[in-house]
Amino acid sequence: MLDYLGIKSVDELFDEIPSEAKSSLNLPGPMDDMEVEARIKKILDKNISFFDMPSFLPIIKAHYIPPVVDEIVSRQEFYTSYTPYQPEASQGILQAMFEYQSVIAELTGMDVANVSMYDSATALGEAALMAHRINRKKKIVIPRNIFWHKKSVLANYVKGAGMEIVEVDYGEDGRMLLDFDGQDVAAIYVENPNFFGLIDKRYGEIEEMKERMDAMLIAGIDPLSLSIFNPPSHYGADIVIGDGYLGNPMNFGGPLLGIFACRREFVRQMPGKIVGATVDSNGKRAFCMTLQTREQHIRRGRATSNICSNQALCCIAFLAYVAAMGSNGLRKVALKNMENARYMAEGMKKIGFDMPFDGEFFNEFVVSAPKNLEEINDKLLSQGIQMGLPINEFVENGILMGVTEMHTKEMMDGALEKIRHLMEGEE
Amino acid sequence: MAKYDEPLLIEIEGEESIIPEGVERKSLNIPNLSEREVMKHFLHLSQMNYGVDTGFYPLGSCTMKYNMKLLERVARYEKALYTHPLQHEKSVQGSMEIMYHLERLLCEITGMDAFTLQPCAGAHGEFTGMLIARAYFESIGEGETRREVIVPDSAHGTNPASARMAGFEVVEIPSKEGRVDMDALRHVLSERTAAFMLTNPNTLGIFEREILEISREVKKVGALLYYDGANLNAIMGKTKPGIMGFDIVHVNLHKTFGTPHGGGGPGSGPVGVKRHLEKFLPVPRIEKKDGEYHFNYDLPHSIGKVSEFYGNFAVLLKAYAYILKKGKELERVTERAVLNANYLMKKLREAGYNVPHPGRRMHEFVISLSDIKEKGLRAMDVAKRLLDYGFHPPTVYFPLIVDEAFMVEPTEDETRESMDAFVDAMKKIREEDVEIVKNAPHTMPVARVNEAKAVKEPILTWKDIVVE
Repeated sequence: MLDYLGIKSVDELFDEIPSEAKSSLNLPGPMDDMEVEARIKKILDKNISFFDMPSFLPIIKAHYIPPVVDEIVSRQEFYTSYTPYQPEASQGILQAMFEYQSVIAELTGMDVANVSMYDSATALGEAALMAHRINRKKKIVIPRNIFWHKKSVLANYVKGAGMEIVEVDYGEDGRMLLDFDGQDVAAIYVENPNFFGLIDKRYGEIEEMKERMDAMLIAGIDPLSLSIFNPPSHYGADIVIGDGYLGNPMNFGGPLLGIFACRREFVRQMPGKIVGATVDSNGKRAFCMTLQTREQHIRRGRATSNICSNQALCCIAFLAYVAAMGSNGLRKVALKNMENARYMAEGMKKIGFDMPFDGEFFNEFVVSAPKNLEEINDKLLSQGIQMGLPINEFVENGILMGVTEMHTKEMMDGALEKIRHLMEGEE
Repeated sequence: MAKYDEPLLIEIEGEESIIPEGVERKSLNIPNLSEREVMKHFLHLSQMNYGVDTGFYPLGSCTMKYNMKLLERVARYEKALYTHPLQHEKSVQGSMEIMYHLERLLCEITGMDAFTLQPCAGAHGEFTGMLIARAYFESIGEGETRREVIVPDSAHGTNPASARMAGFEVVEIPSKEGRVDMDALRHVLSERTAAFMLTNPNTLGIFEREILEISREVKKVGALLYYDGANLNAIMGKTKPGIMGFDIVHVNLHKTFGTPHGGGGPGSGPVGVKRHLEKFLPVPRIEKKDGEYHFNYDLPHSIGKVSEFYGNFAVLLKAYAYILKKGKELERVTERAVLNANYLMKKLREAGYNVPHPGRRMHEFVISLSDIKEKGLRAMDVAKRLLDYGFHPPTVYFPLIVDEAFMVEPTEDETRESMDAFVDAMKKIREEDVEIVKNAPHTMPVARVNEAKAVKEPILTWKDIVVE
């Protein structure tokens, strides 16, 4: 090829780089596959996984992934392809994306969904910006009890638009106070289940709050819980966001899947990719990306968002999970999550923990420890138990616990026994 | 590719839906299918999709290199998959070590001083970079005046979109002979400029050889120089953004570092900065003390968080495996990518295709198909016809400054034979009957898709199709 190009060495191809800017790489030599695997395995062996150590951490939790999901997302046609800009060569993934949108719409009760944001935190940021574009108002009202990571991301997303975050406190029952009133509110964000794991059924009051301020309602949801509880369309949600963890492993927190759905009337203000059904030139059903004039590659600085690459493959995993489980399987898993969480909560109550908030919870709950928390957590860790997330800023010695279908009775009994020993001072 | 009239999931016959005790929600319209039906459905869908393993995928600006299977293997270790992001640091030392090392490797490759791995995609990295620029100017009392971000007209659409999302006004400057127009740049640079966003080589595949002069001009007015790393595959081991004078850099692990694109994601867009901007990077930063890794959240100047946890860890792990495997041979990756692009460009030029602007290219090039308009054809028609020849077409209609653009990036992984076959197809298409090209594709699972109808009558879920 050098001869064909009329050059003597490959270096000539780089002669436009100014000599003062030339550099070389100080990296070790190449390795073969076996060496790379051995190196990485050795490093990762320093991790302790869910299977080595029961964990009761909330937010992103371990869930069972049926083998058929792995098989589906391992198809190279899906995982090596690019964003489907050529629909004729991408019907497979486009149909899967359309089905994903359909499943999200069904679960959330919304009319449309996009093909993902990065995670629920960035989805919340985008939802706030979308509300601002729609009604030009400046405030985003959020519950005070929200995961602090999410709040930090939200602050970064709304900064450029000059929006202001207003926090609303929660009552003794751990639920957001709904009597808040304010001016210039673009959107109210409610979580259901909320950060304390509590289910909110004040449907009428939530909707009233939104109408009082003539604001948009953004609902933060847990997709699995929506197989058994009423969807946020039930209480007036305009935009729905959440983490689409189904079918996707924890992976130390990423990739996640930011669910984003809304009512049809707002679709042209939606960020991200959307797939639509249409026909080909023979009238046969076909799929393609649509409403692209919202997006950065066309609208540039005026786009609804800067997002380009998203978490598409996580959508396929989510869809494959839902397809494999069906409505019956989803409900079974959701009920199992509730049952196990209740079992663990009762067990903790029996050994001296308090539950500061009454009421129904899904698969997360708050307990407060009778003594210093850090001490307990550290000691438990050395005994092979990862406790929940300390939430001292909300509840003194409070722990937010997460339990799923993966927590067997044996695992919970074993953990409870160790916790009891520690509490009683028998080490 | 296979052709199926594959029904929607909801159209496949399944079992009855049962509502167990304790369920409040009465209706949930999700089918109950056997595993066999589910697998068949998705297998059929996959067979109607073109991937990198299927064939030549010269999508310009996307760097569709082969995704080594090694990367998939290491990402499936249980100790990577089943660790929780909030586990005690002592129990995730392995993941933290990989992230810490990856940051160092990216510093070496780009010539920057510090990295964050938190951004989940290239555009997310740009947004993070712009937030850092904003925090920097606020810290020196220039937050109110530094309102503008300059981008060339050849820039990726994400550049202006990201700058605007961070609250900046965008100033676009024209290109001159395929490069930054220095006079136009000088004209718009002022004490109002926060940053100039540039990719080098640019989206035409042309190296901005006046980069050092550009850097001097930008710094003279106190602004920052931002590197869009989409085209980093063109320069590894030859030059570094840090040496060229860039202050902030994002890299696309899903382009340069061989992690798969996943049909649109997940990607990863780490951001590197020079020392004076390090304190603004997102929290947490990974630090090493007495042989142990720690997350430091206690950084008062940090912009805070840009995603929920630490970024797309699985993608970081794959990129780490890629860099370990290639090592210093990354320079060969770049050489081969640039050699392939120049070879393919010359072949297409000789075949009569117009490549605007003379001279060399780096890892990609742009041809203009404007001459086919007189036959009543558009670049998209040729793209669709290429599908019939078994090729994924190049990026079409970008960059916007080239009429009827075809943006071609063969990457280092293509052989001379596959590029020659692509050129042959391009030659044949030139000679073909106009109607055949205009009505292409003829061999795909579907014929030309009516995208206008999809916009005019949006059907966005199966509820819009299936009558219950």
